Amino acid sequence: MASVVGIFSHSSVSVPVKDKKLLEVKLGELPSWILMRDFSPSGIFGAFQRGYYRYYNKYINVKKGSISGITMVLACYVLFSYSFSYKHLKHERLRKYH
Amino acid sequence: MNENLFASFIAPTILGLPAAVLIILFPPLLIPTSKYLINNRLITTQQWLIKLTSKQMMAMHNTKGRTWSLMLVSLIIFIATTNLLGLLPHSFTPTTQLSMNLAMAIPLWAGAVIMGFRSKIKNALAHFLPQGTPTPLIPMLVIIETISLLIQPMALAVRLTANITAGHLLMHLIGSATLAMSTINPPSTLIIFTILILLTILEIAVALIQAYVFTLLVSLYLHDNT
Repeated sequence: MASVVGIFSHSSVSVPVKDKKLLEVKLGELPSWILMRDFSPSGIFGAFQRGYYRYYNKYINVKKGSISGITMVLACYVLFSYSFSYKHLKHERLRKYH
Repeated sequence: MNENLFASFIAPTILGLPAAVLIILFPPLLIPTSKYLINNRLITTQQWLIKLTSKQMMAMHNTKGRTWSLMLVSLIIFIATTNLLGLLPHSFTPTTQLSMNLAMAIPLWAGAVIMGFRSKIKNALAHFLPQGTPTPLIPMLVIIETISLLIQPMALAVRLTANITAGHLLMHLIGSATLAMSTINPPSTLIIFTILILLTILEIAVALIQAYVFTLLVSLYLHDNT
């Protein structure tokens, strides 16, 4: 996970790196790294925004974007909805005793 | 069977909180905006489609009616994407909930009617009496026209809800019928499966058509009142 601060929408904007990236954090430092993250509402919103633009710039905002860019999003949406309706669906399994 | 037939229409909740809000907010993620003239393929396709529909839809309005073009184009995009996303397996379609369709229909209809009454009150009242009616019939006809005006928002909302809900229910039923038939009488499974495929194609068409009809009617009400 890229630890950048501030709004960015394409990779040519340079932003200062605040922390070590997740893959560079040593295992013993993991709890303190998690505590140092910004969990305020604007921090969480910033995390969602960075994640969105990371996906967008990698798969959709390219010269020859294919249909897989949006198909992956729809597949995740199907899995997400499946997890919601699992509670109702588990009664429809083919088992002798539910 | 009753419980799990309608279970897909229950609004999903996370620990009691409505997750339907998250699901309603999902379609805008699929429609990016851009500040450049030349964009990636997704945005280009979407902008081309939007231009096509908006030109077709707003062609019949005058200048005052065209101020509503943003509202109507975003309405048709929202209903179309929400209906199409509801065709994915296990997903929840917000437009199956009557509450949401009423919330869309009533303000739009009321806005169009009130706008008509404010600006050209004589023209707006003239809609209540069609031309060339015999004189004794006039009181009854005014009552009928008033009722038909007041029922427009209800008809808009219920039409959308009923069409989408009925389509989803039919697909559930025929799908479970194919599963049941596969053990009882295998050759008929293929027939029923063909019916399911045809129904899915119909549902895709219905999803788009319902969006179109909703928006078209709102724009008609607007045209009457501008």
